Amino acid sequence: MRARVLVRPKAGILDPQGKAVERALPALGFDGVENVHVGRLIELDVDDPGQLEAMCEKLLANPLIEDYEIQAS
Amino acid sequence: MKLGIVRFPGSCDEVDAQLAAARVGETALLWHGDRDLQGADAVIVPGGFSYGDYLRVGAIARFSPVMESVIDFARAGGPVLGICNGFQVLCEAGLLPGALLPNAGLRFVCRHVDLVVEDAETPFTRACAPGDVLSIPVKHTTGRYHRPPGEDVRVVLRYAPGHNPNGSEDDVAAVANEAGNVFGLMPHPEHAVDPLTGSTDGLAIFESMAAVPARVPAVGGRGA
Repeated sequence: MRARVLVRPKAGILDPQGKAVERALPALGFDGVENVHVGRLIELDVDDPGQLEAMCEKLLANPLIEDYEIQAS
Repeated sequence: MKLGIVRFPGSCDEVDAQLAAARVGETALLWHGDRDLQGADAVIVPGGFSYGDYLRVGAIARFSPVMESVIDFARAGGPVLGICNGFQVLCEAGLLPGALLPNAGLRFVCRHVDLVVEDAETPFTRACAPGDVLSIPVKHTTGRYHRPPGEDVRVVLRYAPGHNPNGSEDDVAAVANEAGNVFGLMPHPEHAVDPLTGSTDGLAIFESMAAVPARVPAVGGRGA
């Protein structure tokens, strides 16, 4: 099964990459942009999607600083 | 005293760490694929870009065979020093609390910084006194320390006022575990052991590990 894991910086933790993009967009004329965050997309084929949560907790994300979202269909 | 220095694919400071450690004891390089710590009395996890720092800094190195042994060694009370990438690996391994995040300024920072010794009771700082200031270089992109919310953390070194290079919370530069036998710092003491490179303050960390008596008591010493 094809699955996707989205990993984001946890809310409340300073995300300098997001801030840098947020500042860059208006400089290109794109106004009205806020709350930009930069994370990671991990795509994988898995036999047992039931293992995805454990994979996230153990390796794919660091739950102390990141939130993750599993999309499996 | 034998100090084992871990070498991962992507390590780049293991030789400097070995040269610094050789000033206070015997040394051995520990290959990442081996579980054998070669009888080391202390382990150093050095700086670099272990396993390319892919996914997250330290995330993959933490599961290497040598780290299984280092984790057992640390849990049994063995002294483990993590420098820069080694600090990140020890955090990922759960041997130290917290995590290291990208520098607030998003830039690679390479310069000497002043560090204030907060805790001189650890096996890594006992050659210092509280309040001592050490000049040691930093060189990193991911050094902003983040402590676990609501947890007390044993802070060992802080960046002196005006010297925080990465936006680290409360100017934290180095932490230890509760027992004090695992210690991680972003600055590089192994690059500050020879006057040629501007400072020898990093020696204090290695001398502490080797239990070299660093401070002669001011009063009441032998023969007094």
